Amino acid sequence: MSVKDRVIAIIAEQAVLEPSDVTMESTLEDLGIDSLGLVESIFAIEEAFDISVPFNANEPEESDFDISSVATIVAGIEKLISEQAK
Amino acid sequence: MKRVVITGAGTINALGRDVPATLEAMREGRCGISDLAFRDVERLAIRIGGQVKGYDPAAAFNRQQLALYDRFTQFALIAAREAIAQSGLSLQGELADCSGVVLGTSGGGLTTQDENYRSVYEEGKNRVHPFVVPKLMNNAAASHVSMEFNLCGPTFTVATACASSNHAMGLAFQMVRSGSCSVMITGGSESMLCFGGVKAWEGLRVMSKDACRPFSANRNGMVQGEGAGVYVFEEYEHARARGAEILAEVIGFAMTSDASDIVMPSKQGAARAITGALRDGRIDREEVGYVNAHGTGTAANDKTECAAVADAMGPQADRLMISSTKAMHGHCIGGTGAVELLACIMALRDGVIAPTIGYEEPDPECALDVVPNEAREAEVSVVLSNAFAFGGLNAVLALRKV
Repeated sequence: MSVKDRVIAIIAEQAVLEPSDVTMESTLEDLGIDSLGLVESIFAIEEAFDISVPFNANEPEESDFDISSVATIVAGIEKLISEQAK
Repeated sequence: MKRVVITGAGTINALGRDVPATLEAMREGRCGISDLAFRDVERLAIRIGGQVKGYDPAAAFNRQQLALYDRFTQFALIAAREAIAQSGLSLQGELADCSGVVLGTSGGGLTTQDENYRSVYEEGKNRVHPFVVPKLMNNAAASHVSMEFNLCGPTFTVATACASSNHAMGLAFQMVRSGSCSVMITGGSESMLCFGGVKAWEGLRVMSKDACRPFSANRNGMVQGEGAGVYVFEEYEHARARGAEILAEVIGFAMTSDASDIVMPSKQGAARAITGALRDGRIDREEVGYVNAHGTGTAANDKTECAAVADAMGPQADRLMISSTKAMHGHCIGGTGAVELLACIMALRDGVIAPTIGYEEPDPECALDVVPNEAREAEVSVVLSNAFAFGGLNAVLALRKV
């Protein structure tokens, strides 16, 4: 399974949706994921990929990790994975 | 001052998943104590407890809820759902604003702490689930009850070890009696039956390896239980006006501190709590027909408690009945007084006195009518519920038949 598919599966589970309902353009707000759901999703992503996501819930916009859509989240994770592999 | 009545009751404990099942077990003198089943139990010296077995959390809660609810919160919500359903109350508008929740617990989300300490210390993991804090905090159960039922008034948790739920119910009683609240959801919840929870108790060397036998000369310690008891305390005229079924009236409450020792109980402190509850409820001691004892089955508690009851009740001590239901459901710590209040309500409503099971040999230091081994039919009009906690903190409630 690709990184994208795994991330979509995690987000879909959090949103109680089918993965097919989660598109790359979806925002977390569209999917009904609140702040508590977001930190739980980030935890699940960290567990799944064994990475550490730089995200502070107090200042999400200041984080290096862009959560504005599923696409930016996937891109951020791919970057973290590739950095870790170096 | 307002009158305070109980219009709903709920529970989950080792004897049953609800009030009818629990009362049936108490009438039959059934023992809910069994072999403990959880991870690492083989490393414990104490392996019995009043554990809620065959319980499926997913039958009561969805996945998101379970991510946030420790077992003690789950128990509190299950009991609250039963109590509030029985009361028939719907909490909205002004009523919601002057209704709240006071729950007792001692360990709070101890299972959550235990699992996560194991994960970071033993298994060396460096990441914990983001909900560890909201799951383990002692007020989680009270807050979730408030959220599920829209209770917008005073809501908090009381932690006084084994007296937590009696202190909680006593405060709820005072808040309704004073007129500051119309409805209070109250009681307590505990779930300490995990490796760390039992290991800690083992360290004190007060636990029995085979059975809880309160007041019996051959008693050899307490047995832990788990569960919750939750009640709807409601202002009497409010309950009457809506035609609610009234289970019992709460008439008196007192709390005292021994101010002497962190674990050894004091006869004087306990006796002052009993006489205080009688005075608070303007009760003649001759009216008291039944006392639900703290009755832990330890050497120290049972003889001190009997001496305190004898002192406080005078000649009536030899006429009343006193029993400890802990031999059936175990010591539910911060939830125990709330589970045991069911026996008080059963005595008043059904005229059935729950027995002290496991009673084998009379102890001259516990020479009261402890209703040994079999339930008894008796008409009683006033009952007391004793709770005497580590830390020397005592809380006694008085209930009257309505």
